[in-house]
Amino acid sequence: MIGLQHYLVVSTILFVMGVLGIFINRKNIIVILMAIELILLSVNINLVAFSAFLGDLVGQVFSMFVLTVAAGEAAIGLAILVIYFRSRGTIAVDDANRMKG
Amino acid sequence: MIHIFAFYLFACIMIASGALTIFARNPVHSVLWLILAFFNAAGLMILVGAEFIAMLLVIVYVGAVAVLFLFVVMMLNIDYAELRAGFVSYLPFGILVAIILAAEILLGVGIWSAGPIELAQRAAPAPVDMPNVQAIGALLYTRYIFLFEAAGIVLLVAMIGAIVLTHRARGGVRGQNIARQNQRRPQDAIVNVAQPVGKGVEL
Repeated sequence: MIGLQHYLVVSTILFVMGVLGIFINRKNIIVILMAIELILLSVNINLVAFSAFLGDLVGQVFSMFVLTVAAGEAAIGLAILVIYFRSRGTIAVDDANRMKG
Repeated sequence: MIHIFAFYLFACIMIASGALTIFARNPVHSVLWLILAFFNAAGLMILVGAEFIAMLLVIVYVGAVAVLFLFVVMMLNIDYAELRAGFVSYLPFGILVAIILAAEILLGVGIWSAGPIELAQRAAPAPVDMPNVQAIGALLYTRYIFLFEAAGIVLLVAMIGAIVLTHRARGGVRGQNIARQNQRRPQDAIVNVAQPVGKGVEL
C-alpha cells in the first residue's frame, strides 16, 4: 500500500533535483527559475500528502497559498529577467554586478 | 493494485521529467518537461484525493506559469550555447551538494519521530460527507477568508510590479488626453467670418 513515506521520498527527490538544477545551471536564470518552481512543487506535494494522510484540510489551503506565491514569484522574476536582458543584451547572471554589492 | 501502479507511474515520470527539465540543452524543451512534471504531480495529488489542488496545479502552473516561461524563452534572443559553458564544470560539485542534501533530509526524516499524533486536535478535519472541492470551499470562504484575500493581494502586487518593471515610456508618442477633449467647445474651435468677395482668406 502506498503510504505517506512514499510521497515524502518522491517530494524529497524532486526537491533535491531543483537544488541541483540551481547549481548546475548557474548562468541560465530561466532554468534557475524553473528549478525554483520544481522546489515549490515538491513542497506542495509534501503539504498535500500530509493533509490527505492526516485528514486535515488546512494543508491544502496552505498549498493554495504557496501556489499563489509561486505564480507571483515567476511573474516578477521573468519581468526582472526581461528588463535585465533589455539593458545588458544577455541573461548570464554569474557576472551580474551592476549594484557593486 | 491499480493505485500502486498509478503512484509509481506518476512518480517515476515526474522525477524523470524534473531531471530532464534541469538537464535539457534547450530551455524550450526544459519548459515542456516542466509542464509534464506538473501534470504528473497533479496526478499524484488526485491519487490522495486532493482534486482541487490538482486542478489548480494544472490551471495555474500549466496554464499560466509555464506559458509565461514559454513566452519569455521564445521572445528573448539568447545564445543558449554560451550559457551552458560552465555546465560540465559545475556538475560534480552540484551532484555532491545534491547527494549531501538528500542524505541529510532522509536521515533527518528517518530519525525524527513525531510522537503520538493527536487526531482530535486537527485544525480542520476533512468532512467525510463532502467532496474535496466543496470542503475546501467551505473552509476557504469562511475561516480562511483573510488568507484568501491575502493571496489576492499578493497576485495584485505581483501583477502591478511586473507591469511597472517592464513598462517603457516611449518618447515622441502623442497620447489621447480625454479631459482636454471634453473641455474643448465649438466656440473655441470654429470662427465664423463674413468673407468679402474678391479678397484672400486670412488664416
